[in-house]
Amino acid sequence: MRLPCPICGDRDRREFYYQGAAVALSRPAPDADAAAWEDYVHLRENQPGDLDELWSHDAGCGAWLVVTRNTVTHAVSGAKLASEATR
Amino acid sequence: MGFDRLTKGFSGLRVLKEGLTGNKGWTPHWRDPAPKPEYDIIIIGGGGHGLATAHYLASQHGITNVAVLEKGYLGGGNVGRNTTIVRANYMLPGNSEFYSHSLKLWEGLEQDLNYNVMHSQRGIINLFHSDGQRDGFARRGNQMIAQGDDAILLDRAGVQRELPYLDFDQTRFPIYGGLYHKRGGTARHDAVAWGFARSADSRGVDLIQQCEVTGIDIENGAVRGVQTTRGPIRAKKVGMVVAGRSSQVAAMAGMRLPIESHILQAFVTEGLKPCIDHVITYGMGHFYISQSDKGGLVFGGDLDMYSSYASRGNLPTAEHVVEAAMTLMPVIGKARMLRSWGGIMDMTPDGSPVIDRTHIDGLYVNCGWCYGGFKATPASGHTFAHLLATDTPHPVAKALRLDRFRTGRGILDEEASGSQHNLH
Ligand SMILES: Cc1cc2nc3c(=O)[nH]c(=O)nc-3n(C[C@H](O)[C@H](O)[C@H](O)COP(=O)(O)OP(=O)(O)OC[C@H]3O[C@@H](n4cnc5c(N)ncnc54)[C@H](O)[C@@H]3O)c2cc1C
Ligand SMILES: [Zn+2]
Repeated sequence: MRLPCPICGDRDRREFYYQGAAVALSRPAPDADAAAWEDYVHLRENQPGDLDELWSHDAGCGAWLVVTRNTVTHAVSGAKLASEATR
Repeated sequence: MGFDRLTKGFSGLRVLKEGLTGNKGWTPHWRDPAPKPEYDIIIIGGGGHGLATAHYLASQHGITNVAVLEKGYLGGGNVGRNTTIVRANYMLPGNSEFYSHSLKLWEGLEQDLNYNVMHSQRGIINLFHSDGQRDGFARRGNQMIAQGDDAILLDRAGVQRELPYLDFDQTRFPIYGGLYHKRGGTARHDAVAWGFARSADSRGVDLIQQCEVTGIDIENGAVRGVQTTRGPIRAKKVGMVVAGRSSQVAAMAGMRLPIESHILQAFVTEGLKPCIDHVITYGMGHFYISQSDKGGLVFGGDLDMYSSYASRGNLPTAEHVVEAAMTLMPVIGKARMLRSWGGIMDMTPDGSPVIDRTHIDGLYVNCGWCYGGFKATPASGHTFAHLLATDTPHPVAKALRLDRFRTGRGILDEEASGSQHNLH
């Protein structure tokens, strides 16, 4: 599996650290209720198919990426810098 | 309901009789029934846990108007893909009594099912490689003894006596000792599925294969039945027992679960003469190994570490596992690897499972087994059947609650790494 880093190009999966579904981009407000925090920390859609996920290019440029990857075929259909991803 | 062991069940006498009469008396293990319009209880998922639930519903609670709906074939999921380790070496209250209960059920399982599941208590040795790790394992061993199970702390010489073929002085992780759990071991995974299936079927449970659940019918907050590829089926109660596909099935009831599905790989070599007598785990290298009764060395390691619904893994993890194998026991380099495969794991944030009701009346959930649900198969079925039959949690499973992730009370984090996805 290779991931297309917008800065470094196609790179081997071994260079990346996986953080999971890209929920960190919509962190609840500090005073949000327990349900909102459960949702954010624990509950996941986790359906087969396309998933937006956070990967860090640890052994490369160090950028955090939002990668759209199919969880059935592992095919990657897009990657952008997390800093540029809109909510 | 006992078997007539000479004419129907399995026994030495029966093998002798069939051997002498041309083996013409063997019959299929279970029927192939068409779904009825309605059941008291529907179990979604014909893996180990679903089939065990059906067995205990029938044998312990006398509830036999039950269907197990399986989208593929019985035992085609994780129950037939795992590396078959059975142990009771958990530490936290909530987990420890559950797995302790499970190991006791394993010890009587073959008699209970009248089926040879090849349960082999060959002993498990968890290696450690530092003073800190030794302290951790000593504590775990004490907890295991306190819960009524067995544990022996081996020093380096003790491990050398049991496992002389390991490389004890590897530069990175020299072996200091091991925690030896003698009642731990392995079982033949397929036979476990078949044994539970045969028993449930013989008691009247309908095992329906090639029947995928595609919807869950809910009216006024109560479950009414399911939609399937073989038509709608009504039921008073429905249990979801679908391991790696738990989120997919729960979504049919509008639920989101604290689960990410990940891929775990396993590997097997060509058959060899007996050489590895125990189960060995090498946590520092993410590697564990045992030898199957056919002679193949069966081994595995860590998750591939990304969400996946593909029942196959990628090369980086395979390479990592093989490197760890070569580090721990260079002798394995002589063996030829035959096959590798993967299974879809239902990973929870705290690494522990869920056996509970849902907020929908009559809908129950059994999930979150991570990479350790095979050893749990008897207790999972036993306690889930209890919950379905009586609507109260079984005492040894009452900590396995779904709401612990919302309230934060009773999080069951064995590794103390935090209740967060991708840490277990
Ligand atoms: C490589 C590997 C190694 C492992 N090693 C160990 C080990 O050494 N020790 C240990 O304790 N555990 C181990 N495990 C974990 C263990 O195998 C699982 O936790 C356990 O088998 C899960 O429960 P199950 O048997 O019911 O799951 P499964 O056998 O996966 O059963 C779930 C069933 O549900 C069916 N299903 C899914 N969706 C639907 C639907 N919509 N309709 C109808 N049916 C559906 C599936 O087809 C499947 O048959 C390992 C797992 C893997 C993959
Ligand atoms: Zn990069």
